[in-house]
Amino acid sequence: MTEKDGLMIDARSLTKDFGPTRALADLSFRVKRGEILGFLGPNGAGKTTAMRILTGYLRPTRGSVHVCGIPVAERPVEARRRIGYLPENAPLYDEMMVIDFLRYTAELREVPPAERDRRLATIGKRCGLAEVLGKDIGQLSKGYRQRVGLAQAMIHDPDLLILDEPTSGLDPNQIVEIRELVKELGKDKTVILSTHILPEVQATCNRILIVNEGRLVADDRPEALSGRASGASIRLVLKAREGELDAAEVGEALGGIEGIREVQKAEGEGAGTLGFVLRDSAGADSREAVFGAAVDHSWIVLDLHREQVSLEDTFRRLTLGEQEGGEG
Amino acid sequence: MTAKTIAIARREFRALFDSPVAYIVIVAFLLVTGWMFFSTLFLRERADLRVLFTPSLFSPAMLLLIFAPAISMRAVAEERKSGTIELLTSMPVRDWEVVLGKFLADFALTAAAVLSTLVYAITVACIGDLDWGPVISGYLGMLLFAASLLAIGLMCSSWTDNQIVAFIVALLIGACLYVISWLQFFVPDFIAPLVDYVSLSSHLSNMARGVLDTRDLLYYFTLIGGALFIAERSMAHQHA
Ligand SMILES: Nc1ncnc2c1ncn2[C@@H]1O[C@H](COP(=O)(O)OP(=O)(O)OP(=O)(O)O)[C@@H](O)[C@H]1O
Ligand SMILES: [Mg+2]
Repeated sequence: MTEKDGLMIDARSLTKDFGPTRALADLSFRVKRGEILGFLGPNGAGKTTAMRILTGYLRPTRGSVHVCGIPVAERPVEARRRIGYLPENAPLYDEMMVIDFLRYTAELREVPPAERDRRLATIGKRCGLAEVLGKDIGQLSKGYRQRVGLAQAMIHDPDLLILDEPTSGLDPNQIVEIRELVKELGKDKTVILSTHILPEVQATCNRILIVNEGRLVADDRPEALSGRASGASIRLVLKAREGELDAAEVGEALGGIEGIREVQKAEGEGAGTLGFVLRDSAGADSREAVFGAAVDHSWIVLDLHREQVSLEDTFRRLTLGEQEGGEG
Repeated sequence: MTAKTIAIARREFRALFDSPVAYIVIVAFLLVTGWMFFSTLFLRERADLRVLFTPSLFSPAMLLLIFAPAISMRAVAEERKSGTIELLTSMPVRDWEVVLGKFLADFALTAAAVLSTLVYAITVACIGDLDWGPVISGYLGMLLFAASLLAIGLMCSSWTDNQIVAFIVALLIGACLYVISWLQFFVPDFIAPLVDYVSLSSHLSNMARGVLDTRDLLYYFTLIGGALFIAERSMAHQHA
């Protein structure tokens, strides 16, 4: 409940209705200090809504949020001191110069006057803003706007950073830089970021939440979601000279191997080959057993390798599954 | 008043000068008041500053009736439109600090326009003697009158993300309060004082005559406070 436990966010059964639209339905999660949390979900899943509730911009229809032990609804100003927020699409004052804007946010975000210049210099360097400090924000390219947005979110060195699609509009180099930045921040801060780029969460986050239609459908480590726990698949291709190998027989033999959950016939590699996809049970690696079986039956193995279920697969399964279920 | 209120006011003030509105207001105000002042000076061959303050169909007060909504229409509406309101409300500032800061910026600009006409007062003071009493109370009345219109404008701006809508609604409210005093001759006697009291212009007329009455001050302060309070409430309401 309190900051001492390292609990940075405690969101309890958040529900948000916009008229008849339910944007969030009973969403609960906790985030500890040092976690880098990736917020995933298809368009309209409720990511932005959830972040807006965390920052106190929106009030939940039901449920509550504590940030660093501070109830956001009751003590919003106190909570906001601890948060750095980059809203979706980085809304900024277009007519302001970058440097003036950052000074202004430093002032509103209560950076002590004596430290302001130093903070500005550090942040400017970190976000790669040196060349554009004297430009009007309205003239910046999308990527630079995004960087200015990031800079204002970090200017007061907050404990908790909430970034809504921080890398949208950035070039690949910059994406890598932001990724490194977020990782570094995550060492002693807490970061929540939403994104549609799945490899990005895999590279940066140590925890992933997947939301779909306002509900939490997954909350786990990236490795777990990308297959290890749910079992990987093994791809096997055998050489089959005419009439010598019967797919059904081989399938049966493979199914008998301990640790194999499921055998599927798959594309081979052209004529004279047989392809299979085998599903491991959770945590197992049955390649050795499969190889053993091949030796026993004198099968000629052309290919035997393990394929991780990608985060993308998991994402699609979790977020499309319900729709398919609804139709069926 | 806090440092953050002042920071917000400063930013807002500079933003006003980034658009043509600020310049138009100051120049137009100087021109119109100048024309009125010199035309009475030459036509009637006397320097009369009272024309500057007395509300009528063609007077500086009438200009303010239009300019004040034009200055204040952007205050909150633009932040809503561009989404910067989300940025602003993610900072540790209170809604009243935002409203007050924006009001102060708008007031500073308007006051600059109104007080720029002091050159005419000084001209009169140089030519002959000037009774500063009514001038001071006239300026005070004018500033309070302007502040009330700005507060109403800010209130309307806080209701919408459309600056034009904010402008029109504020103009309507201001105009109604301005002309309502003319109704006092057509309404039953017992309502007449009430109509006179709610009118923006009748209080200005009093002050233009050099009469400083606490009732007039109270009227303006209530109006300003009330409109700003409503603006603050509707800022808070957006979180719902
Ligand atoms: N102010 C609002 N008024 C009405 N409906 C809204 C409002 N804000 C969001 N919604 C609805 O709530 C749902 C969730 O929207 P939200 O913006 O949180 O999605 P998101 O996950 O951020 O999507 P994206 O990936 O496209 O950014 C959507 O159905 C959206 O239409
Ligand atoms: Mg979003």
